[in-house]
Amino acid sequence: MYTCIHVSLKNAKSLICDLLQNSEDIRCKCICPPYRDIEGQIYKQNVSLKDCNCLHVVEPMPVDGKDVEAYCLRCECKFEERSSATIKVTIIMYLSILGLLLLYMVYLTLLEPMLKRRLFGHSQLIQSDDDVGDQQPFANAHNVLSHSHSRPNMLNKVEHAQQRWRRQVQEQRKSVFDRHVVLS
Amino acid sequence: ISPAELASTPTEEPNGSGHLMDFLDEPFPDVGTYEDFHTIDWLREKSRDTDRHRKITSKSKESLWELIKSLLDAWSGWVVMLLIGLLSGTLAGVIDLAVDWMTDLKEGVCLTAFWYSHEQCCWTSNETTFDDRDKCPQWQKWAELMTGHAEGAGAYVLNYLLYVMWALLFSFLAVSLVRVFAPYACGSGIPEIKTILSGFIIRGYLGKWTLLIKTVTLVLAVSSGLSLGKEGPLVHVACCCGNLFCSLFSKYSKNEGKRREVLSAAAAAGVSVAFGAPIGGVLFSLEEVSYYFPLKTLWRSFFAALVAAFTLRAINPFGNSRLVLFYVEYHTPWYMAELVPFILLGVFGGLWGTLFIRANIAWCRRRKTTLLGKYPVLEVIAVTGITAVLAFPNPYTRRSTSELISELFNDCGALESSQLCDYVNNPNMSRPVDDIPDRPAGPGVYNALWQLALALVFKIVITIFTFGMKIPSGLFIPSMAVGAIAGRIVGIAVEQMAYHHHDWLIFKNWCRPGADCVTPGLYAMVGAAACLGEPRLMSFYPPIVMDFGKGLNGTSREESTPPTLATDERGPRGKAPLWAFLTQDPTRVEELEALIKDTDYKGFRVVISRESERFMGFVQGRDLPLAIRKSPFKQDGVVSSSVVYFTEDAPLLPPTNPQPLKLRRILNLSPFTVTDHTPMETVVDIFRKLGLRQCLVTRSGRLLGIITKKDVLRHMAQMMNQDPESIMFN
Repeated sequence: MYTCIHVSLKNAKSLICDLLQNSEDIRCKCICPPYRDIEGQIYKQNVSLKDCNCLHVVEPMPVDGKDVEAYCLRCECKFEERSSATIKVTIIMYLSILGLLLLYMVYLTLLEPMLKRRLFGHSQLIQSDDDVGDQQPFANAHNVLSHSHSRPNMLNKVEHAQQRWRRQVQEQRKSVFDRHVVLS
Repeated sequence: ISPAELASTPTEEPNGSGHLMDFLDEPFPDVGTYEDFHTIDWLREKSRDTDRHRKITSKSKESLWELIKSLLDAWSGWVVMLLIGLLSGTLAGVIDLAVDWMTDLKEGVCLTAFWYSHEQCCWTSNETTFDDRDKCPQWQKWAELMTGHAEGAGAYVLNYLLYVMWALLFSFLAVSLVRVFAPYACGSGIPEIKTILSGFIIRGYLGKWTLLIKTVTLVLAVSSGLSLGKEGPLVHVACCCGNLFCSLFSKYSKNEGKRREVLSAAAAAGVSVAFGAPIGGVLFSLEEVSYYFPLKTLWRSFFAALVAAFTLRAINPFGNSRLVLFYVEYHTPWYMAELVPFILLGVFGGLWGTLFIRANIAWCRRRKTTLLGKYPVLEVIAVTGITAVLAFPNPYTRRSTSELISELFNDCGALESSQLCDYVNNPNMSRPVDDIPDRPAGPGVYNALWQLALALVFKIVITIFTFGMKIPSGLFIPSMAVGAIAGRIVGIAVEQMAYHHHDWLIFKNWCRPGADCVTPGLYAMVGAAACLGEPRLMSFYPPIVMDFGKGLNGTSREESTPPTLATDERGPRGKAPLWAFLTQDPTRVEELEALIKDTDYKGFRVVISRESERFMGFVQGRDLPLAIRKSPFKQDGVVSSSVVYFTEDAPLLPPTNPQPLKLRRILNLSPFTVTDHTPMETVVDIFRKLGLRQCLVTRSGRLLGIITKKDVLRHMAQMMNQDPESIMFN
């Protein structure tokens, strides 16, 4: 259950209220099995916990007065709660992170070698000797980038940190994928 | 001297850039840190921590500020636990929600809001009926969405095709991300964490990228329908969180021993969120994963596990009724006669475990040695394709494994509409269906039985090929699934046998007609427990023996004469000795640098003088170059021709000489020694119980050699006829 955040702007308040507290997020679900000639039914209603029983939820009652008790004894009512806002936020956040990672991966594996090739020419992108098999990402990255100007500022630092990270990943990849010494 | 200042000197940074961007600089290794793929020195870490604590306690009496600092230091442990619990719980909740949604994405999509899974989509709908309680018009299968037809052969084929395509897409993304960003994120992670917790260093294994990639690709891997679980990887994720928060406090970031206490607690939090059982998490950490487990860690682990479980509960991924993954209640007691089928299930669990372990190890060996290991991406795609193609037709394998296990554990009441509960009801009965005891199985149950049998065979075979691929994969859920299927089949068999032959001797006292006696769901649970025990032993088998397993025994072979020991150590590297002299007599910095530059010694023994050779102490191989390199910044005026001394007081030198360099702090004055007559069993015991890295060997009071942890491991490997070269990194 969520409480509305007090915001000074009236419009914003109603918007946030709608986002946070969805009245459809609670329900009482009653499952009633077949009884005599009445087939099984499922009843759902947005009631609170204290009203979550057969008498309040099963509407319209399919049996008459005397049989109501017998019918209701077989029914099972459960109170359930969920948070639709959490689900929405989580899924959308996950998809955006996944999307960003995929874009970065595409950039690293496809676009960057292409850009480097165009900027520095073919001669500097010679395959190193120990690259076996398929094209390894980051293979020549640090060779090529060391030719860049040494600008002592943040951009250069980021480049250096990225190079260091790539070398680490390449080391990891060698021990896991190529030599199979770690993680079988 | 902070590492930041050291690192900034070579690149000549302007002073204005300050410390903000220093996390981007390469950290300069400090004296007392360890190399990658080596073990830590437990005793050294413990004594450093005791020193630190003593210093803080003594300083706390000086002023109020120092007192506050000492209190903060004491509380930092609990703060770290709280943070670990919060982050682990959050990540587990995110993973659960995302897996729920993406698994259903393979079959269809919710039209009102695409982020809802099947169950969530039909939550508010009023069109659900008793028989088709899963169907609602808001959620449509792909065939229905694309062509408008819900039934028919064409719709089936289209659904099939799209299911396989989604599965392939998910697993391809998973393996690509792992390969490009964090190769350490593959596998389960528990064996490596056990290794790390016992004192090994694997840099990057618990890093930030590994954490991110493991979380993201775990969802993809589980959603693709492969026969793997997420419990093992969740432990890895929790330990990565632990490592992340350790770096905030110098108490934990600088001390590898203390860090491992935090990681033990983080592992407990991981299991706690995986199963919704905090106490189970603590027990798991205590039994399986930890090496040093002081009592203080027990309480902290419990706290972390509780916080994680509460956080997960707050996110509420499953709805009100389900925080514990498998929540079952059985109302009928079990009888002594049922022990016989239970024992049979135990035997089945053992047999399956042996089969699985042998087959999986053989397959992994093939992966290492043949062409199969060169195409990890193709392998993942192929296995996913085969899994999806074979899993779709069988309704029990089409759904996610956790759902399958839940259904198998479920007791059949009147309200269940699944095929497994399709028992023949006497139409003339007056009591509610719930109350009728053993009923004959209807056609639905027999249908379910042969489908379950096929599912069992499928799962047994496919898990052998799935585990060990280069994506995050856990083993708990597939094992439980195999056991649960076997258990349910046995349970239904016993139930029907009891119904049709209730006059047999064994059933006569126990199953009176009119009494409910057999609960097939309970058999499923027993089967799951039996099968969970066996493959857990896999986690004792790291690919490389890096540590002392519980079952390894030393031999009582005494150490042979020193030349044998020394030549064993020299081995493939030729005749170079493994350690060198340093004397107390003054040497110069440049002589030491020359000594270090050309060779790669494991350690240096410091003696009084070259003539007397009386042993003074030991210097770690890694520490000497680091200390010399760092010295120009620490003591001004030290140059190459400066004198190096190990004694407490500087030697008397003429004043024209440059400042001498004191290296006493890297000298270990009390290394552990054994004699060359100490039996190997005792040596192994000493290493194991004290957590040593190396031990010096003396004979008649004179230093003879050094024996390291890896030498002992290689010796044990040789004793067990394994390959001693598999011990990594000479």
